[in-house]
Amino acid sequence: MEVIVRRPGVLTTLQDLGRPGRRQLGITPGGAMDPLSLRLANLLVGNPENVATLEMTLHGAELRFDHDALVAICGGDFATSLDGVELSTQRPFRVGAGSTLSIAGASRGCRAYLAVAGGFEIASTLGGCGTDLRAGFGGLQGRALRAGDVLRARDITVPSVAGGWFLADDWLPDLAGSVMLRALPGEHIDEFERNIFDHAFEVSPQSDRMGLRLRGEPFHRARGGELLSTGVMPGTVQIPPDGHPIILAADCQTIGGYPRVAHVITADLPTVGQLRPGDSVRFVGIDLQSARAALVEQSLNLRLLRIGLAGRLPWVRTDACSAWI
Amino acid sequence: MRWISLGDSAVLIRVSDADAASALARRVAAARPDGFIECVPAFDSVTVCFDPLRVTPGALMNEIAHPRRAPSRRKSAVTAPREMIIPVCYDARFGPDLADVAARSGLDIHGVIKRHAAGRYVVGAIGFMPGFPYLSGLDARLHTPRRATPRMQIPAGSVGIGGAQTGVYPLASPGGWNLLGRTPVSLFRPDNESEPTLLRPGDHVRFRAITAEEFGAWK
Repeated sequence: MEVIVRRPGVLTTLQDLGRPGRRQLGITPGGAMDPLSLRLANLLVGNPENVATLEMTLHGAELRFDHDALVAICGGDFATSLDGVELSTQRPFRVGAGSTLSIAGASRGCRAYLAVAGGFEIASTLGGCGTDLRAGFGGLQGRALRAGDVLRARDITVPSVAGGWFLADDWLPDLAGSVMLRALPGEHIDEFERNIFDHAFEVSPQSDRMGLRLRGEPFHRARGGELLSTGVMPGTVQIPPDGHPIILAADCQTIGGYPRVAHVITADLPTVGQLRPGDSVRFVGIDLQSARAALVEQSLNLRLLRIGLAGRLPWVRTDACSAWI
Repeated sequence: MRWISLGDSAVLIRVSDADAASALARRVAAARPDGFIECVPAFDSVTVCFDPLRVTPGALMNEIAHPRRAPSRRKSAVTAPREMIIPVCYDARFGPDLADVAARSGLDIHGVIKRHAAGRYVVGAIGFMPGFPYLSGLDARLHTPRRATPRMQIPAGSVGIGGAQTGVYPLASPGGWNLLGRTPVSLFRPDNESEPTLLRPGDHVRFRAITAEEFGAWK
């Protein structure tokens, strides 16, 4: 099957759950900014959770399908229409051969994931299918989609899916635009005059897949000298000399030398991936044990959903969706 | 071992220097404790990334500090640092900042090249971009602060100085280091699954000066 890109959207890339294992060579794992919505999109069409999907940003793509397909769009709420007829998302739906699927602006959230049953045919590079935009490899020629691109997807016989249902908000990351991010303290938190946990921030437009820049009263470092770079992770909150914190995201560098004041917990990284410029952010303290409990809950929810979906997607073999929990 | 949590999915272990960091990273990667994902050695630290659903930081650190498995007999072969030689053409076309570095150091351009090429370096860390080595061991006379205004585009293979370190840009990118020359060798090869980067943390590196003709003829 071929999917023709008629309009690419603001920034649409192929992403999966990343390519861990080569950080020490400077190769960032990358992958979906909102890995929860990517997993959900795949589950909704019966794919294993780590299959590459299209990550769309703020304004989506227009795609023409030359073959029947089963598609799900999950994550932020993006106005979507099929051959000009409005369509609700956060659920699987059928796209007929010759149809045009048009994904426009997001009313809530920043990113949505489009999965096709069977998956796009994308070769794995260095352990993942995702696009590394900065290093220019992975995905489709290491770049964002352009008009005229042709994506290949596996041909499948599209089963019929009963309509009238969709994933409720409880399953999704927080899309409210005013969020509390649970975070653990960073090594250098006490070196600043003010505590990052006591303040509210606004997401700056200078944010991207490498990091979200936060605006607010600048933070001044009261003590501590030059730091040698150490490993950093998505979710690490660092403060560069200009005093404005950065939440590192999926495409962040593997090492960094700015003071680290906090670390957003893994369970809240999907919410970070849904933040858009102008959204407001607060950090709320949590301990390691509760951080782990939040992640366990998220993975149990995914397991429950997979079992629940088996009734609605009867052709899916549940054992085909292994791993990743 | 001195260590702290780096969020809920990594720990940061402090060590004495880059040699100790790469040796510890190799040991942990070879032992593959439960829940282990990967190590990032950098200068005086090793970051160990783990799956928080499979292991707690305390249990992981316990396993790292007191390995259960006996060290492999091939240990010395595994931990010996590699000696790598990188050819560099120190031509003014490739090294637009040779004159600035010379002026700041009080040496002439040939003195700068001679000292840079004579250095014995260690890969303290790889970061910034895939395969970019932060090399320590730069002659103190050559220490040069980063340029006040970074360049918008630095060509792949450019060899430069940033502060007390020297390094090589594997890919074209913006950057603020002072450029001395260029290597024709590729430092990042995404199509090479087993060795995607020329260098690894802990490698020992030397530069070898080559002529513009040798550079042009390099395949």
